[in-house]
Formats: sequence, C-alpha cells, structure tokens
Amino acid sequence: MLLIPCPYCGERAEGEFRYGGEAHFRRPENHLEATDDAWADYLFMRKNPKGWHRERWLHLAGCKRWFYVVRHTVTHKIASAYKVGDAHPDLPA
Amino acid sequence: MSPSSNQDYRLAQGGRIDREAPLRFLFDGHAYDGFAGDTLASALLANGIHLVSRSFKYHRPRGIYALGVEEPNALVETGIGAGIEPNARATTIELSDGLIANSQNRWPSLRFDLGAVADLASPLLSAGFYYKTFMSPAGGWKIYEWLIRRAAGVGRAPELPDPDRYEHSYAHADVLVVGAGPAGLAAALAAGRAGARVILVDDQVEPGGQLLNTPYTINGRPAPDWVAEATAELDRLPDVRRLARTLALGVYDHGYVACVERAIPVAQGRARWRERLWRVRAKEIVVATGAIERAIIFDGNDRPGTMLASAARAYAVRYGVAAGKRAVVFANNDDAYRTALDLANAGVEVAAVVDLRHDLSGALPGMARERGLRVLAGHGIVGGRGRTRIKAVEAAPIDDPSNRQIIECDLLAVSGGWNPALHLYAHAGGKAAYDSGLAAFVPGAPADRMTIAGAAAGRFALTDCLADGARLGAEAARRAGFSAGPALVLDAPEPEHDSRIGPVASPSRGGKRFVDLHNDVTEADLRLAVSEGYRSVEHAKRYTTWGMGPDQGKTGNILGLNVLSDALNQPVPQVGTTTFRPPYHPISFGALAGREVGDLSVPTRKTPMDSWHAEAGALFEPVGQWRRAKAYPKPGESMHAAADREVRAAREGVGLFDASTLGKIDIRGPGAETLIERVYCNNFTSLKQGHARYGLMLGEDGMVKDDGVTARLGPDHFHMTTTTGGAAGVYVWIEDWLQTEWLDVEVFLTSVTEQWAVATLSGPKARQVLGPLTDVDLSAATFPFMAFREGRVANIPARIFRVSFSGDLSYEINVPARHGLALWQALMESGRPHGITPYGTEALHILRAEKGYIVVGHETDGTITPADLGMEAMVSKKKDFLGRRSLTRSGMSGPERKHLVGLMTKDPARVLPIGAQILERPSEARPAPMIGHVTSSYHSPTMKRGIAMALVKNGRARMGDTVYLPLLDGPTVAAEVVKPVFYDPENARRDG
Repeated sequence: MLLIPCPYCGERAEGEFRYGGEAHFRRPENHLEATDDAWADYLFMRKNPKGWHRERWLHLAGCKRWFYVVRHTVTHKIASAYKVGDAHPDLPA
Repeated sequence: MSPSSNQDYRLAQGGRIDREAPLRFLFDGHAYDGFAGDTLASALLANGIHLVSRSFKYHRPRGIYALGVEEPNALVETGIGAGIEPNARATTIELSDGLIANSQNRWPSLRFDLGAVADLASPLLSAGFYYKTFMSPAGGWKIYEWLIRRAAGVGRAPELPDPDRYEHSYAHADVLVVGAGPAGLAAALAAGRAGARVILVDDQVEPGGQLLNTPYTINGRPAPDWVAEATAELDRLPDVRRLARTLALGVYDHGYVACVERAIPVAQGRARWRERLWRVRAKEIVVATGAIERAIIFDGNDRPGTMLASAARAYAVRYGVAAGKRAVVFANNDDAYRTALDLANAGVEVAAVVDLRHDLSGALPGMARERGLRVLAGHGIVGGRGRTRIKAVEAAPIDDPSNRQIIECDLLAVSGGWNPALHLYAHAGGKAAYDSGLAAFVPGAPADRMTIAGAAAGRFALTDCLADGARLGAEAARRAGFSAGPALVLDAPEPEHDSRIGPVASPSRGGKRFVDLHNDVTEADLRLAVSEGYRSVEHAKRYTTWGMGPDQGKTGNILGLNVLSDALNQPVPQVGTTTFRPPYHPISFGALAGREVGDLSVPTRKTPMDSWHAEAGALFEPVGQWRRAKAYPKPGESMHAAADREVRAAREGVGLFDASTLGKIDIRGPGAETLIERVYCNNFTSLKQGHARYGLMLGEDGMVKDDGVTARLGPDHFHMTTTTGGAAGVYVWIEDWLQTEWLDVEVFLTSVTEQWAVATLSGPKARQVLGPLTDVDLSAATFPFMAFREGRVANIPARIFRVSFSGDLSYEINVPARHGLALWQALMESGRPHGITPYGTEALHILRAEKGYIVVGHETDGTITPADLGMEAMVSKKKDFLGRRSLTRSGMSGPERKHLVGLMTKDPARVLPIGAQILERPSEARPAPMIGHVTSSYHSPTMKRGIAMALVKNGRARMGDTVYLPLLDGPTVAAEVVKPVFYDPENARRDG
C-alpha cells in the first residue's frame, strides 16, 4: 500500500485514492477535426514505462482533488507530487 | 484419559518451562503431559515422539525437524469440528491444557500408512511424473487428478464456518524492529532511548531468540537475565510497544508491514479473538530476523529423529527436552560444536560429531575435543538404520565412502550452516548477494526504509548482533528525526566465531537424498530436471516443486541451488535464486478477513424509508452497497406474484416507490449550463427554469456511460440525477474534467445523493393522492410532464419532478432525507382510499421494460452508442460534448452494429432468460454464429405475456423476423423481433 503525498492533505494511504493513469496526455486541438488515428491515439494509447512515470491520482476519500505524482513503476518510489497548473518537476535521473 | 507416557525424554533440570504447571493434551487420540512454556513439538519430544507426519508424495515417515516456522515436516491438525485448523506447525503451537492435535496425510494410521506404497513406486514418481505418466487416455486426467490429490497433500479444510473472531489493528511507528533476539532487542532499546515511537514484534512467546539458549554472558550476566532487563526497560519506555506471538509476514511499499499476532491460548475454550492482523506503517524498519539453520544432503536424510542441530540444542536448553538419549551431530561448520557441547552439558550422550571438513582448527571444535567428544573429521554420513525412528547412522571418510562404520543413535542433529532470514528484505525489493564463504545469501544493496542487523545480515557472532542492533536502531531513530539517547554498552565475550562452512553434501551411496522435505523433492529430481532441459532456476523449481511447499523451502533452498550449480556447472550466484514473496509464513483467511465477514463484509446503505420496507415484509436485494426493496410479497405470495400485483396497481391505480438511491449531484455556478452541455450529448441550453430533461451521457469513446433526469432550479443551478450504480463514477468523471481540463468553467459539484429522500407516486390516481397533501397546483396545464416545482408536501419542503420511468402519470417527490419516512407515511395514508400499493425494483423494471426504457448496465455494456439504442435523434448536431468526435469513428455505424430491439416469444407464456444468446436459424453447427443476446426479460402483467429487450446485430432491419434462442437447459425458443416499446407507444398515459 503506497503512501501518497497529496499536495493538499499530506501523506495518506493509497486506499484513500483512485488511480487515473498517465498524466498530461493531450486531447487533440480542434478535436472534431482530428484524424481517426490521432483520436484513437488519444482515446486508447497510454505510456506504460518501466521507470519514472507521471501519473494522475484523485484523493477521493479526502479532499477530492486530482493531482499529479511522479512515481517509479518498478520501485514504487514517489519523487514528487504537484497540483494541476504547477510547473512539472523534472523526472529524477 | 490417562497419560500414556511420563515425559521420559524430559531432562531432570533446565529449560524455561514451568514444571509447576503441567498441561495435558491429545495427539492422535492419546493423552500426553507437557508443561506451560512448551510448544506442541517440545511436549511431543518430551514424550519420545518424533514421528508426527507422513510426507507429501511418498508417504515416508517424518519427524519433528526444526524449532519454529521453518518446520517442513511437523504439520498437524488442531482442534475439532468447526474449530479445526489444518497444517499447523507443531513447532509454533503453544501448548495449552486440553489441546487436541492429530497427524495428517496418513491412512489408516501414522505408524502404518497404506499410502507408503508410493515410496516403493518412487522410481515412477520422479519430477514431472504427472506430465509423463498421466497423458492418456484423453479425459483420463480427471480421474488421475482425483486420485493424485487424495494421495498427496496435506490437511483437510474444515467444513464448518469458522467460529473464531479475528481482529485488525493499524499502527504507526517511527522504527519497527522485527525480531526480539540480541540484535532486535538492542535496536529497539537504542531507538526507544532516542525517544522514537518503536514497535518490536517477535513471533515467540518470550523475547530473546537465541539468547534464551546461549551459554554466553552479556555484561557479565547470563544472557536471559540481560533479556529480562532489556525487556523491562522497553516496557517502561512510553512510546515502545512490544508485540509477542507476532510474526511479520510481509513488507509492502513505503514501510507498510503486515504482522499477525496469535492470541494467548485459552485452556478448553476460545480466546476473545484468535488472531489479529497488524498493519504497521513504519518510517524505518530494522530487520533482526536472525538466521535459519539448513540441512546437509545425505542418503536417507529424512529419518524421524533427524533434526536441525540448533533445534536439538534449543529443545535441550530452552525446553529441558532431550530430543534423543544418544546423539550424533553431523556438521560442516563450527557452530555445530556448540550444539554438541550444549547437548553434552544438558545430559545427552553425544556419540560422535561427524564433520565433512578435514581441517578443524577452530575454537569450538577444540572445546569439543577437550570435553572428550569423539570427532570424525573428513567424514560424512552415508546411510542409516531405522524407519519410523533413527537407530543408527553409517559414517565414512568422504574420500572412501564404502569404508563405513555404524554408530548407534536415536538423534541425528544436522548442521549445514545458516541462512540469513532475508525474506522481509526481499519483499522490500532487496536483491541478495551470495557469500560463498558462508554459502548463503546476504543482503546486497539497501532496500527502502530498511536496515538489517545481526545474523539476518550474515553476522552471526553475538557481539556483532548486539553491536549491529545498537547502531542500526540509533541510526533508524535519527533518520526518523530523533537524536540519540544514552549509549548501549554491551559486552558479550564468546569463543572465536568462524562462520565458514564446508561441503553442503555428503558422498552418495545411492539412497534418497532430500533437498525439500516437505514436497519430497530429492537431489536426483533436480538433476533430472536439468537433464531434461529445465536449466533456469525458476523452471527447475516449478518442474520439481522444490521450495514450493508451505515452508517455502526455508531449510532447503540453498541445498537445491548447490545441486543445480553442480548439475549446470555454474557458480551458485549465476544459477540465481528464486524470489521470496509475502507471506513469510502461511496466514489464515480469518486473519485476512478480520471482522469483515457476513453482514460486515460490505457496508449496507439504507434509505430513510428502509425501516418501513422492512416492517412491510419487503424482500430486499443488494444494488451496489444499497439494499433496496425488490417486492412486498404478502404472506404466501411469491416474489413474481407480488411484482405482478404491484405492476397492475401502478398501471391501474397508484403505486409508491422508494427512489432515494438515485445518484444526485447539485451543480451550481456561472459555468453550470456550460458544464451540463458538455457532459450530456443532448441539448440543455433550451431547458427553462422549472423544467427537467432526460440526459444521455457518453464516454470519450462515444459509448453510453450513464443517463438520468436533470432539472434546472435556477439560471446557474441544476439538479442532476444519475443511475444508482453510476453515481460515484459520474461524479468523479465530471470532477476530473473540471479540475484538469476545464479550469475556466466556474462551477461547484456537490454529491447530494444522501441528502434527499425520494418517493415516486406512479399511476393514474397519483394526482388524487398527492393533491390533498400539497400546495402545488398539479393540473396538467400548469404542471406538465417534465416540469419541476418547489412547494410543500405533507408540510415538508419538497421538490416535485413530474417525470416518469413507468410510462404512467408519475411524480418524483424529493424531501430532505430526515423527512423521508414522514413523507412516505403521509403518502401511504393519503393513498389508502385509492388502494395505494408500494412497489419494489422488480415491478419498476417490468414497468420500464413495458415502455422500452433502457437501464444503463442492462441495455448498455460500454460498447453501445446512442444510435445502437435508437436514440440518435437526441444527439445534438449543434454543440460539442464529450464523446462527440468518437461517434464518427469507423465502426460506429453500419450493419455490424447491434441494435436495441424487442423480442416477443411465439409462446406468450415463455419468459426468456436474461443473457440468452440469439441465433438466426434454429439449428446451427457449433460454434453457432451468435447475432445478439437478451438484455432484459420479464413476464409483463400488462401485456399478459413474456417480453424481452435484446441487442441484435442490425436489429432494426430485422423487424418482423423470427430469431432463435437455444436455452442451456431447455428447448430452442422462437421469438419475433419487434420495436422495443410494448405499451402505450403514443405516451398518452404518461403525458395526461
């Protein structure tokens, strides 16, 4: 069970959160004109890196805020957590 | 019952048992005596009983082999009836008065077991024998499997519900110390003195670990005295919690550790709780789990009476039990001589120490020789005598194995070196490194939030254990933010400790040489696996089941790796090691479940009117976490008959339904209309204040996600309803868009599902029931269909929505939840002259199916578009909304799409099962091409026939066609494809 540093509430157990997958993938600009391929890419394709990963998390049983976490998918180490609109912290080396 | 033995093997003195507190217990129906402080294993040994089980595969006689959780043989069943626990280790069972234990995996008896014929047939039962032997005939496996599973295996699962109670506790620690041996006690003291919040867990009844049976001193006093002092100091520290009888089973992410605490046994009864699962979140973990002794590979190394040397020593010193009267110690390392000396000092005759090494220059072998013990250097054990108990061993020079000498003995204490208990380190992601001097894995790179002290780190000397613990405990406290407390000064002189070990195998003369006692895996099995191509350690493990028993190879892993190393001609580190995964030791389902069983397994959400439903004899059904009234059967009435009656009332008179579980979201702010427009695919801009509209919500993939009615309470204020099951998901979904994408939309969402109680009046007489209770004008002209009014009902402030899910005149009356029951009672009272009838979810479903109204999750499954449902006219062409782009993706239209249709069975009495598959022709070759399935199906009391909704490929082009539904346990049923509206297609009744 991860210990997730909610940027609003502090460290809380993973059970209070809901996972939201890859962060910062873009909805195509002028999406109604997007090609089928570009739209399918947005709908279905997500990164699944072995290593550091920017992720979306929702503190559902707490402040109910979505935020971002930089987590290592192998070691589960969490390098940082930041709010929507914050500058994206660098990925650890 | 009278004791059949007088503890003949109890030593005259010594041990930490309470000789003033005798306990009587039953093993295989015979009564025996032991003392408080015994384990079942030590008490059995005190009574001369080694043979306690039959092995997994060959049914060979097996004896008590170890001291604790590492025990591979002594699995017994305890308790009777519902309280049976199978596969308990005799070595970890605290003896209590009246304890009942039985051996397992034997028939008719432990001493004479017919299954032992498997041992004679063992040449046929080598590694992979299932796969080779039981391949034909096809289908024969079912019978073979049954036979194999009966013959092999361990205990029986209890057949009755577990009568015991299990608890869960949560705890936080600055420093969690696992193990209360020398290193753990020192670590806990150092961290505790620094002021850290410390939890010290240890699986034994008494703290101290190896210190309880060491002859050495700490600060000039016997080690057990120091243990008592240290424990007393820990107990005085306010932020130190000491958990005895508690085993750390698994380390998970970020310092999360699961431990199980066993209750103190209650004589002849049940403890208030039996086991307690601790979930500890620790900033720092100090692992002081010590080491587990391993065996040596030699011919016939499984005879009862053979045990780990350290176990024999602990039984003598700690429990005052001679595991035998005449012992042979078989060694490849110096530590074995401590066993020899301790046994001799405790009064056990030591016939010989057989050592595989030639060079015995260490301090301990020297002390043994000085004590007059016979030491055979450069010798191995090459055989033995005795079947259910060892009678003698055959020793021979390792360079000349046929030059045997017989040494009579009834105890063979084997010491093949020590394995640091690195399981928790591995759980935390640690990668162990092989130390060829110790022939053992030791910690490699550090694991998250974890340090490893003493023997668990491969540092076996007592001085090192104490020093490691003191240093690492203080460091852990410092990392957790505490400055060091008073220093621990610990002086523990002991003979020079040489940890190097000799060969792990004795020369072979062709006998069975086990590397995994529990799973009956031999050296030959592993060599066979390699010769058949299973060269990876993971493959060899699975092919032979080596290390896969309940003991997870705690005593045999290194032996197997050495065999593989030899067979593959690769050094051990290159062969690799298998992965340790939690739990370290088996855990009961009861401990995992805790109190979350039965009614407490899931929270039950009840509506404000729930008590009324219960008193009215409602039949409830779970809908997610909600319990909802399914129907209100009268005495003797079936559920279906009740639902039929309720449907007729709601069609012909008036019915009342509890709709409180509907999801409700209050949406407020200048951006409210923008938000609503973006999340529904149909138009809402034109929705006027005081009116409501049915909305269809799509996912970004264009598939129907949820639906519900949304009312406009003000220019910037909406009341959205969702499906009961979809409420949380819709709320999270919209919040996601608001918080991460639409930061410019100024609006607040509040989940108000539980703030409002909802009673739905439905039927032609609904107006007559509601009228007398309200100040709202209900006339059709001023309060039309899909309008919304605020007013008072039964003098309660209310919101009334004139919407309908039944297709008849209907009012949904929302009141603050605390008034829900009062509203319900007032409506029932007002409706009494009109024959008002409460109806449940079954009637609701029939009513809506008669009208062809969809239920998200029945008629949709995440792959259904609005067009599939025939609702494309609703979809706005003018605005953008979530999912719009997807509606024009390829594959979202055309004849391959499934359409929502109605089905009328040719036989009106036939009600199709939901989920039935649909064929174009009555008989098709298998596998038949399926063109759809039934999504909803009921007997319609209104239509007086079976009706069904279905998703059928290109269904709207099949109107009037006959399709066929082969039923699993019945005939193939013919049905006509019709429009999915069975009742009042003109909506005359709804709008009147």
